[in-house]
Amino acid sequence: MEYGFTTAAYVVAAILFILSLGGLSGQESAKRAIWYGIVGMALAVLATLFGPGAGNWFLSIVMIAIGGAVGWVVAKRVQMTEMPQLVAAMHSLVGLAAVFVGFNAQIELARVLRIKAEAAAHEFQGFAAVLAHKTPAELAMLKIEVFLGIFIGAVTFTGSVVAFGKLSGKVDGKPKKLPGGHMLNAGALGLSILFGILYCSGVGPGVFWLILIALLAFFIGYHLIMGIGGADMPVVVSMLNSYSGWAAAAIGFTLGNDLLIVTGALVGSSGAILSYIMCKAMNRHFVSVILGGFGGEQGPAAEIEGEQIAIDADGVAAALNEADSVIIVPGYGMAVAQAQAAVSELTRKLRAAGKEVRFAIHPVAGRLPGHMNVLLAEARVPYDIVLEMDEINEDFPSTDVVIVIGSNDIVNPAAQEDPNSPIAGMPVLEVWKAKQVFVSKRGQGTGYSGIENPLFFKENTRMFYGDANESVNKLMPMID
Amino acid sequence: MKIGALKESYEGEARVAITPSSATHLQKLGHEVFVESGAGARAGFMDSDYERAGVTVEKTAADLIKAVDVVAKVRQPADAEIGQMREGQTLISFFYPAQNAELLEKAKEQGITAIAMDMVPRISRAQKMDALSSMANIAGYRSVIEAANNFGRFFTGQVTAAGKVPPAKVLVVGAGVAGLAAIGTATSLGAQVFAFDVRPEVAEQIESMGAEFVFLDFEEQAQDGAATGGYAAPSSPEFREKQLAKFRELAPDMDVVITTALIPGRDAPVLWTKDMVEAMKQGSVIVDLAAEKGGNCELTVADERIVTENGVTIIGYTDFASRMGAQSSELYGNNIRHFMTDLTPKKDGVINHDMEDDVIRGATVAHDHDVTFPPPPPKVAAIAAQKPKEKPKELTPEERRAQEVAAFKAETRSQVTMLAGGGILLLLVGLVAPASFMSHFIVFVLACFVGFKVIWNVAHSLHTPLMAVTNAISSIIILGALMQIGSGSAWVLILAALAVLMAGVNIVGGFLVTRRMLAMFQKS
Repeated sequence: MEYGFTTAAYVVAAILFILSLGGLSGQESAKRAIWYGIVGMALAVLATLFGPGAGNWFLSIVMIAIGGAVGWVVAKRVQMTEMPQLVAAMHSLVGLAAVFVGFNAQIELARVLRIKAEAAAHEFQGFAAVLAHKTPAELAMLKIEVFLGIFIGAVTFTGSVVAFGKLSGKVDGKPKKLPGGHMLNAGALGLSILFGILYCSGVGPGVFWLILIALLAFFIGYHLIMGIGGADMPVVVSMLNSYSGWAAAAIGFTLGNDLLIVTGALVGSSGAILSYIMCKAMNRHFVSVILGGFGGEQGPAAEIEGEQIAIDADGVAAALNEADSVIIVPGYGMAVAQAQAAVSELTRKLRAAGKEVRFAIHPVAGRLPGHMNVLLAEARVPYDIVLEMDEINEDFPSTDVVIVIGSNDIVNPAAQEDPNSPIAGMPVLEVWKAKQVFVSKRGQGTGYSGIENPLFFKENTRMFYGDANESVNKLMPMID
Repeated sequence: MKIGALKESYEGEARVAITPSSATHLQKLGHEVFVESGAGARAGFMDSDYERAGVTVEKTAADLIKAVDVVAKVRQPADAEIGQMREGQTLISFFYPAQNAELLEKAKEQGITAIAMDMVPRISRAQKMDALSSMANIAGYRSVIEAANNFGRFFTGQVTAAGKVPPAKVLVVGAGVAGLAAIGTATSLGAQVFAFDVRPEVAEQIESMGAEFVFLDFEEQAQDGAATGGYAAPSSPEFREKQLAKFRELAPDMDVVITTALIPGRDAPVLWTKDMVEAMKQGSVIVDLAAEKGGNCELTVADERIVTENGVTIIGYTDFASRMGAQSSELYGNNIRHFMTDLTPKKDGVINHDMEDDVIRGATVAHDHDVTFPPPPPKVAAIAAQKPKEKPKELTPEERRAQEVAAFKAETRSQVTMLAGGGILLLLVGLVAPASFMSHFIVFVLACFVGFKVIWNVAHSLHTPLMAVTNAISSIIILGALMQIGSGSAWVLILAALAVLMAGVNIVGGFLVTRRMLAMFQKS
């Protein structure tokens, strides 16, 4: 088949990918957009399989079929609360695939050069044919690209594996660092750049250097993500998303494949923007999130006066029955307790009683950008009553009852009131301005950042202790 | 406990203190409910309605009083009624203890606990039992209806084939609960409404109801309604003069005047003098809601509708709430049952008369052979004192313009810097890199650009699906593996095959899970 046909298919695929990302601007158009993505991907794979340069397509199809079957089963089985883990796990696969493809490029390159040196007239097939036509300058560039592809891919791989472990609870969520901390990372980075230079200048066996680089990058990915705590995971996952894109783009350069470059760049910028949004929502710099932990405290935090007053289900139900407008603020705790179905049921009952019920979602609520939206959607909460922070923050003063379910730092008034607080300046949901606030929480204790939440001590706040799911279920029969 | 409602003995009173629906709520509190036969008849509630709600109907007032522990009424009790009551019984009704010292004395002698619904303190918690407000609301509504009934024209303005109709001009004096209700009713009938009040802080409420606040340019007397629990206090003579001058100016223009000005514990102030009435147009209507306390209008005759020589109708009815018996009974019944809810905190039918509670203490005027009126000031301030408003600094047009120009310049500068920096970087790369690389590089830069533009528009709520989709399409890396799988050594074959496998997992898994997620998002 003609080469021109493949390129044409790639152009169409690239456009379809752009449309499929653009379509995510609204819930309804997104349902169509996903099909653009699927068609684009199918087109790209088919064009490559039957285009020039591909061989052994029997094996390819078998592998795709096996991989597809695994993907199918996983996607069907996964719980919505497990989304963050799944996304992280998938990133690791892309990362590892990028590493493999990078190695292949080097192995092939070595073979082509060897054969070329022996006998000039050799008929190369597939990818080797592309390599055979390269000029020396292009080959130097190629090596840089291989280096970048493998390095980024390797960091993505181990980073995502650790993120997966932390999100699924298989690895402790607390930040951990080996002695030496970031100096270790910096050292490993320096070493891999050194090896990269050695590799590019053709000293010694190329594959050897690449293996060393990959190992160092594996270490960086592991150590970097181990040092970041659970609540910063939205940023980490978006960052890894971005990396997997950049790795694909680098491999695209290696292979001279424009579709890989375009798609890699799209994914890379998407992840970068998501990380930016998440960081902004926490009022922290990307660098400080990646380096882990909160910065040193700037001064003593303001003393909190008052006491936490507990309330039982009767009291909460009575207030809900009286209220006209209710806002529910869900957080990671709702996901942990699997309370979304109960919350949805409560919402339905309250709405049936003619009350205005809405949800306020902080951008970093949960462990994945948009995590809460997906959980609520799963529980069949209509998306038009689920609002973003900016849309709803002004409505709190006119709200009768706010129920905070399993969130802490994102409703902490200290961010606005106490300039010495570690989270000072972070945009928060101003729940304390409502007439009454109920906080559903497992027990007394601080949030991820380890700071006290003055909200719990406010006069209009009542603590509704207990497992979120049980608490909400207890409320249900008392709502009339 | 047993609680029962008497039939109102006052001539023409249509209200009743307990309705079938409020009875149901009272029963939920653990009380047994009684009514005197025919008590609700004039409000449209038949004895059979009560019986259906599980209420025991007693033949006579005497039977009822004998049967119950708590007697509920609307109007203040007549001597005979209070005489029939026994020691330890509780009476809930309007009482006006300041004006009815004798009645109060009698209640004390009899050992009755008397709860005056008109004495419920004006704090947020007690709003649901505030019968004065609920009745004033009805009176305000009814006053407009009465005015419309006596006004020979439309309230709303119209342009018809038969000619143009101007909207009626309505002036509401006193923007308390009744005044605001009147404003709301009149505006919804389409009239052009003006409103006046001595408390400047209500201007906002007046405007929110759709009326125009009649502004009085008077510095000294800025009354703070917060100090008096939201009620008006008497004003100085200078202020009064100024106010009357304003009304005199408005009088010839107004078609309907509704006066609601009352000062607690005093006669109503005269605000609409004889000469103002004379200045009004033929056919105009004045409704005086303060008629019971002497009237805001000089010519008002309580309980009567009069027409002056120049054809102005003056309505001085005092029973506006009673004229809407069904509605006002419903609301008054709710006020009573909310009060009972506070009296029976455990919902077990046992009354706990807690004299430490602000609301119960405030409303109780006689208790345990003692007069408990006037009550001590409540512990919670009724209304937060008005804070002086800080106005955000207004920028002059020049300053704003300068700001815009500066912002534009800064933006231009940063964009130009970025473009220049990026351009130089590209040139530098171009100097060393081979041409084939540069052609791919252009594609790369453009793709990043498109990516940034597109992703900014993605809805926040779709960030998780976005990640899953980008995940799926980032497995485009499968193309690389597919191209390598047919070329070269066994190592290459194995690695490429593994890469294809992993990318395959990702493609199918990523798209499928995204579809699952998106399918869940649904509109209400």
